[in-house]
Amino acid sequence: MTPSVAQPRSLDDAVEALRTAIDPTVLAGGTDLMVAINAGSRRPTSVVSLIRVPELQGWHRDGDEVVLGACLTYAEIERGELASLVPALAQAARTIGSPQIRNAATLGGNLGTASPAGDSLPVLAALDATVETIGPDGVRTLPVLEFVTGVKRTALRAQEIITAVRVPVLRGPQEFLKVGTRNAMVISVVMAALVIDLDGRSVRLGLGSVAPVPVRARDAEALAEGSVDWDTARIGDQTVFGRFGELAAESTAPIDDHRSTAAYRRHAVSVCARRALERALR
Amino acid sequence: MSLTGERVRGGLGESARRPDGGPKVAGSFVFSSDLTADGMVWGSILRAPYPHARIRSIDIGPALALPGVHAVLTAADVPGDSSYGLEHADQPVFADDTVRYIGEAVAAVAADHPDTARRAARAIVVDYEELEPLVEAEAAITAEPIHPDGNVFAHLTIRHGDTTASGDVVVEGDYEVGMQDQAFMGPESGLAIPDGDGGVDLHMSTQWLHVDRDQVANCLGLPHDKVRMSLAGVGGAFGAREDVSMQVHLCLLALHTNRPVKMVFSREESFLGHVHRHPARMHYRHHADKDGRLVKVEARIVLDGGAYASTSRPVLVNACCFAAGPYAVPNALVEGWAVRTNNPPCGAMRGFGAVQACFAHEAQMDKLAAALDLDPVELRLRNAMKTGDRLVTGQVVTGAAPVEELIRTCSGWPLPAEDPEPDPMTLPGGAGRTADGSRLRRGVGFAVGFKNLMYSAGFDDYSTARVRLEGGVATVTCAAAEVGQGFVTLAEQIVREVLGVDEVILAPPGTADIGSAGSTSASRQTWMSGGAVERAALAVRDRRDAGEREPIEETYEYHHPPTSPLDENGQGNAHVSYVFAAHRAVVDVDLDLGLVRVVEVATSQDVGRVLNPLQVIGQVEGGIAQGVGLAVMEEIVMDRGVVRNASFTDYLIPTALDMPDVAIAALVEEPEPGAPFGAKGVGEPPTISSSAAVAAAIRAATGLALTRIPVRPQDIALAHRDSTKLA
Amino acid sequence: MTDSVTFQLTVNGADRVVEGAWLGESLLYVLRERLGLPGAKNACEQGECGSCSVRVDGTLVCACLVLGASAAGSEVVTVEGVAGDAGGLTDVQQAFLSQGAVQCGFCTPGLVMTVHDLLERNPTPTEVELREAISGNLCRCTGYGRILAAAQAVVAERSGSGRSQRETPS
Ligand SMILES: Cc1cc2nc3c(=O)[nH]c(=O)nc-3n(C[C@H](O)[C@H](O)[C@H](O)COP(=O)(O)OP(=O)(O)OC[C@H]3O[C@@H](n4cnc5c(N)ncnc54)[C@H](O)[C@@H]3O)c2cc1C
Repeated sequence: MTPSVAQPRSLDDAVEALRTAIDPTVLAGGTDLMVAINAGSRRPTSVVSLIRVPELQGWHRDGDEVVLGACLTYAEIERGELASLVPALAQAARTIGSPQIRNAATLGGNLGTASPAGDSLPVLAALDATVETIGPDGVRTLPVLEFVTGVKRTALRAQEIITAVRVPVLRGPQEFLKVGTRNAMVISVVMAALVIDLDGRSVRLGLGSVAPVPVRARDAEALAEGSVDWDTARIGDQTVFGRFGELAAESTAPIDDHRSTAAYRRHAVSVCARRALERALR
Repeated sequence: MSLTGERVRGGLGESARRPDGGPKVAGSFVFSSDLTADGMVWGSILRAPYPHARIRSIDIGPALALPGVHAVLTAADVPGDSSYGLEHADQPVFADDTVRYIGEAVAAVAADHPDTARRAARAIVVDYEELEPLVEAEAAITAEPIHPDGNVFAHLTIRHGDTTASGDVVVEGDYEVGMQDQAFMGPESGLAIPDGDGGVDLHMSTQWLHVDRDQVANCLGLPHDKVRMSLAGVGGAFGAREDVSMQVHLCLLALHTNRPVKMVFSREESFLGHVHRHPARMHYRHHADKDGRLVKVEARIVLDGGAYASTSRPVLVNACCFAAGPYAVPNALVEGWAVRTNNPPCGAMRGFGAVQACFAHEAQMDKLAAALDLDPVELRLRNAMKTGDRLVTGQVVTGAAPVEELIRTCSGWPLPAEDPEPDPMTLPGGAGRTADGSRLRRGVGFAVGFKNLMYSAGFDDYSTARVRLEGGVATVTCAAAEVGQGFVTLAEQIVREVLGVDEVILAPPGTADIGSAGSTSASRQTWMSGGAVERAALAVRDRRDAGEREPIEETYEYHHPPTSPLDENGQGNAHVSYVFAAHRAVVDVDLDLGLVRVVEVATSQDVGRVLNPLQVIGQVEGGIAQGVGLAVMEEIVMDRGVVRNASFTDYLIPTALDMPDVAIAALVEEPEPGAPFGAKGVGEPPTISSSAAVAAAIRAATGLALTRIPVRPQDIALAHRDSTKLA
Repeated sequence: MTDSVTFQLTVNGADRVVEGAWLGESLLYVLRERLGLPGAKNACEQGECGSCSVRVDGTLVCACLVLGASAAGSEVVTVEGVAGDAGGLTDVQQAFLSQGAVQCGFCTPGLVMTVHDLLERNPTPTEVELREAISGNLCRCTGYGRILAAAQAVVAERSGSGRSQRETPS
């Protein structure tokens, strides 16, 4: 067996490379994978790099959705037109790592890693995004909450790759708040992503770093949806915001770890959820 | 100060350029991790995964069986002393039968590729019997010893004046400082080259070549001159390179393989492989009269020294000597303990014991001010130490002590304006955009600190320098370790100043060429090695002026005035000189999330004399960054002896978005009698009281007690939530 | 090593062949240990410190997080090549010297690369933009004050105004 790094130049070639390689490891921006390799915790025998596959790059509009290529980087997400179409994702992108990381790290990689602290995940959860994959069994489409199955676990099958993420373009405010112990370049202690769909009259709150997988705070959402004056896009009852935060906190199952405590995480979720709703609908 | 008629450029008082600056910006400066040699192999160390364990057996067979592996060494392969240590050789080169902290070295490997070396280290099979770790410092005092030398590194009591005195107003408190790491950028690394004659040349980044050399030679069982150490480029130090890390292992591997061996610690290994700042628990009681004059300070300080001695004893001496802060204190009772636990070893870090004490004594001064209904700055002014006052050790401060001026200039500096439309990036939470303007509070805090310069308590501290003048070019040979602080610049400036020559060359520092320069620590090189270079240059100048022909060469061994150890009551003339600084911090705090943004730190510092303005600013700003870090984010998180955050992902140091503006209100130039050029060291003071000032500012913003640093978001947010619930 | 790979890339304008590398080697390792270019520094090898910042196909990245073999065919610029054909020191490097931005110097090459990259994309950054741009480059010696001063001095110099916002005494 000879070790190899395949650099396919088309999606077909990528699928073929994955099919023929022995125990292939998929590489995108490398910002998770290389950390593991440098630390000696992963030792790939063969690598398929996706960063030159044209079909996986960039994004495009498809009706009232945008299709985000798996190799779309955070640097591309945080600026330009895309930032105005999915502002919560752009805000999340800007909090990820450093400029150097955002230049390399991809959305597909964040999903591939499926860390509880993956910053794009609660946003994608709030957007009801779907993940598109391709593999030996063909093409599959999964809601993001079905795609992420546990701590660093996904529904991806062997030799399958993520090709794109599909998110709706919604009319209405969006917010993303991330708590970390440093003002930049920090892994989330807690994050909250709020998406308001004025046309669909829905309020969606995704939470991260507070459970093994991203969480949707359904009770909080229901409370808010019932409290919005959809004509003015405002919540008049000032007690709703605090209650929204409390319900959000109740939907989490945080842990104590070296970054923070469960008690703080629960509290911070309530604060962030409340602030997000205040910014969006007060 | 110009001693020649015509003033040369780049002399003292100017912001002369660093001689190593060009290569450093070009990427061509050779750091220890950049070294290579023909036929070189790579070293790697196997580290223990438990904080306390007995080693039943080690099987190196699987490692040796890997292709590309050249040597696998364990405790049985150490030919000389089995242990090393800066003050007391109690740290095994390799854990033999007992592991006493997580990450302790168990075996070392040399292989043809770093990945092979690492895999080989992991292939070694060690059978451990896990033991209950001793992790509470207080308990360690009386616990069953975890080392043949016992659990108490040092115990010290200072009795000063009338220890039964009491004041009209008494405030009391418990304080805690977490374990800070030096977190320099350049990982531990070096290259050992066997000389083919039983000896070895070691190129290494370190703070003190000669003492490393001695420890290495002792462990190798070699005469000291068979081990030659040369300084390789040092990527920062801050105390963490004062102890030996990989030096012995590298030389052992080189001698065993008869090949050059290179080793570079990973960041995780770096966190596990060097000493940290001592975590401290402190109980304080301050007594004052009705006018706010200090009557007595009582303190009990317990430092967790971790598994091995390192510099725990002198760190404790410092913490106790400076326990009362830079104030005139007529009576004091200070008790200190430095103990052994199964936590990672602790030793030197910028501020060396004074940082921990300062956090506590300054919190106490604020508490006292509140109890007296006095302005905290005014309280400090009323008690400010001045020349002629005594330390709690009874020693009279004979040198400059411009504490009052520092307090006045720093506290008088204009406060930064509040930005009416702040960029969210500059609010607490920064890029995370969590801030809500209505829930932010601004706070201002003030702190003053001090410590000794150079080594104390009877240590014969000296530095050696040689100056050679030939063809109008001066060459300086000195083993002082340049770790980034800029001694190289200063050495050139001194020689230019004294000899009036333009061109000064610095010979590479090494043990084979000259005697010890002492450690680059304790803010001492400007005084000690600066003094040695000056004296050597003066001697050369005298001979030149007497008409002697070049080359002229002089070597000078500079000693500072002798000091004495403390007696059984903690009294004695233990120190040579002191350095003082004041800090005022302004913070914005998010009350609900407990996130803090340090807006500005203003400072005034006692410097004796500014020898290079740019380098002083660099030390001040950089030292404050480490103080800010300790106040709000930096801590090695321990869980029953296990380090949970040995990475830059989780051991957070300030980024450019965390670091506040630094306003230098005053650099007070009161020349220090007896100091070369009147200059004091400037490296440590910025770190001593800046953490305390930031903590005070957070207290001011939140009204919370906050008796522990780093102040964590949960310390603020949950306490604030609970206090408003009660209200 | 048996499981080795061979590839070619362009570094600082020159074609370089890497032979017999271990598959898992980072671009940083390849540059430093195989191509004799130690300018990119190895402070953390987990992308957290920015000291290995280089440009790959014009994009600033951490060389430690680029799989060496996946950079095959790419154009890499390191601090050793930042001055281009002109050689000598760039204005950014000069400003680091004159403003006192260098102490131990371990973070310096990465910061030089980052400041160049920023000023190419944004010639007149605000102070917050500057801080954000260098927030992925950790420095433990300076507290960033003189680094910001250096960057601002370059901005002032390039825009011809001559005066920067953050003055450093000389
Ligand atoms: C310094 C630093 C800071 C960071 N900060 C943050 C942060 O703030 N927030 C955050 O969320 N993350 C952070 N990360 C983690 C990382 O940057 C992100 O998870 C990123 O999105 C990973 O993308 P990548 O392209 O680099 O993934 P890679 O490292 O290339 O891949 C990651 C994993 O996903 C798999 N994979 C990648 N692409 C695909 C695909 N198309 N199909 C199937 N599998 C795939 C890979 O096989 C691998 O297992 C940080 C990382 C570093 C080094």
